[in-house]
Amino acid sequence: MAAEMMNNDVILSVKDLRINFRAYGGLVQAVRGVSFDLHRGETLAIVGESGSGKSVSIKAILGILANNAIIESGEILYDGMDLTKVTEDDFHQIRGKRIGLIFQDPLSALNPIMKIGKQITEVLHLHTKMTKEQARARAIELMEAVGIPDAPRRFEQYPFQFSGGMRQRIVIAIALAGDPEILICDEPTTALDVTVQAKILELINQIKKDRNLSVIFITHDLGVVANMADRVNVMYAGKIVETGTAEEIFFEPAHPYTWALLSSMPDLQTKERLMAIPGTPPNMIYPPKGDAFAARNRYAMKIDFEKEPPFFKLSDTHMAATWLLHPKASAVNKIEMPEILRARIERMKKMGEANNG
Amino acid sequence: MADSNYDSNYILEVKHLCQSFTSGRGKKKITVHAVDDVSFGVRPAETFGLVGESGCGKTTTGRTIIRLYNPTSGEMYFNGRDIAGKMDKDLRKYLTDNIAMIFQDPIESLNPRMTIEEIVGEGLKIRGVTDPKEVRSRVVSMLRKVGLTEEHATRYPHEFSGGQRQRIGIARAIITEPKLVIADEPVSALDVSIQAQVINLLNDLKEEMGLTILFIAHNLSVVKYFSDRIGVMYFGKLVEVANGDDLYKHPLHPYTKALLSAIPEPNPLTERTRQRVDYDPKRDHDYSQEKPSMVEVEPGHFVYCSPSELEKYKAEIAAR
Repeated sequence: MAAEMMNNDVILSVKDLRINFRAYGGLVQAVRGVSFDLHRGETLAIVGESGSGKSVSIKAILGILANNAIIESGEILYDGMDLTKVTEDDFHQIRGKRIGLIFQDPLSALNPIMKIGKQITEVLHLHTKMTKEQARARAIELMEAVGIPDAPRRFEQYPFQFSGGMRQRIVIAIALAGDPEILICDEPTTALDVTVQAKILELINQIKKDRNLSVIFITHDLGVVANMADRVNVMYAGKIVETGTAEEIFFEPAHPYTWALLSSMPDLQTKERLMAIPGTPPNMIYPPKGDAFAARNRYAMKIDFEKEPPFFKLSDTHMAATWLLHPKASAVNKIEMPEILRARIERMKKMGEANNG
Repeated sequence: MADSNYDSNYILEVKHLCQSFTSGRGKKKITVHAVDDVSFGVRPAETFGLVGESGCGKTTTGRTIIRLYNPTSGEMYFNGRDIAGKMDKDLRKYLTDNIAMIFQDPIESLNPRMTIEEIVGEGLKIRGVTDPKEVRSRVVSMLRKVGLTEEHATRYPHEFSGGQRQRIGIARAIITEPKLVIADEPVSALDVSIQAQVINLLNDLKEEMGLTILFIAHNLSVVKYFSDRIGVMYFGKLVEVANGDDLYKHPLHPYTKALLSAIPEPNPLTERTRQRVDYDPKRDHDYSQEKPSMVEVEPGHFVYCSPSELEKYKAEIAAR
């Protein structure tokens, strides 16, 4: 793992991306200056609540933003191109072929009146020169690779004849058909049952290893993040508030929002009262001044309401945007993470040692 | 769970409940056994959690108890009174006075054309509280109890966020002071940061009002946190019932083990080495010779098993 972290093989780079949406009430500032790198062969998880801008950022990468979206500024660098400036025609050579996407809801991602096989071979015909027979053989191979039993028979079936988990496997097979090097997963297991979810996550991990894929994984489930991610970006109100390796985010979280996220959901050992985050996320037509989380943050200081915090570096891989990390703030009164969270992290570390030792 | 009629330890007792749905007719008739021979009891002031995957019959069980469906067979008792029989005016009144329901989707379950005061106060009006002032004051005090304010009473559902709507749903359910609340996935439609608010609210109300709650959900961490005892359902059958800690520390039924092994925990150290257990009813059980039934393996811990499996489970308990 450490070796993976060290290599600087950046495959995709998002720089200061800002995206607004024209809406009735005004301009919704969905993404407000997001920058991150995706390295080859890693899984980058983006965590946040609905409306935090995580889906919008990846839609920009794929060039599938809604018509009322405006890319205000920023660039998405991939293979010498800026994806924010690529035309729709050129995008056909990238989308599906070099960057694959797995959607949240496998039923609405599939065409209900087209046979499963056709939906996979369609991608093959689009991106490669294959005869019908070759495409069929390749599609069946892909279906077997994603764990669909009896693939030749299933090839002739329609989406409604598949269960939720099997549909998601088909969606994954379609995403892999173009043989992409980046796979973007937008909440791929949220609509699935836990046992099915576990199997799909294992499958994605397996495929990632086999094909040396780079994966961007979007979710709000921290358990899934712990399972999948090498690195984690925590997003709130259109910004990344904390970024780090999975260990750093789960064991040394520094931003109050990450603290709140981690301590607001019970795990199997939780007995004490949950630390709920008060209030609701801000209205992004009028994004708050200063730190967007300040109004819901019990540790907020005066400066949080006035000035936006910059990123403070905690290690080579770990940064958090909170004034709490400013030398002045920690000099006056050092604020530590809440006790309930500290206790939980201790417990988790112990469990981890017990498991691995 | 003796087979005599009613056990006074339980406020709600369900025995051998079956609920099946049919579709088609003649040769094409299909019968789905959504709930198949389910028995459990809920003690006063406790929270009983029902977990299982989608389609396992947990929601159907809840809806049958409040008689949104007529049970196909089986018995149900609430405070000693039979509630599975013919639905007449008297029984309906008894049920709606004593049992209330909180729904999953806070948007769909509120009438968009009614103000919050009308929605929350409707139950009172049906129960004969006609004085508008009294309705108003009780609605307002209930709104305060669930963390909303007086001004909210005159607004419409679309003006609220998801978490607030769920609070309205809770206020509507408890304003008639029911003894049992059936909460069907009350937090799964909400954002992570809002879920904790609603769970804390339900916990406070439970303590304050001495509510008994039947908590139906698929998120096992939430069910574990919230419930005193938990029942695990699989394909219409209740396969294991135990108190929360026992169930999580010492699961006996192979499905429960599979389910527990699939929950992702927010801990990268354990997640990376997670060993998942598979469950395949055809492989894990041989019911061709012996018929399974619900057996109390150790005090308070029930498992659906055949006699030979019971021996195996007993050996497992002795070994720990």
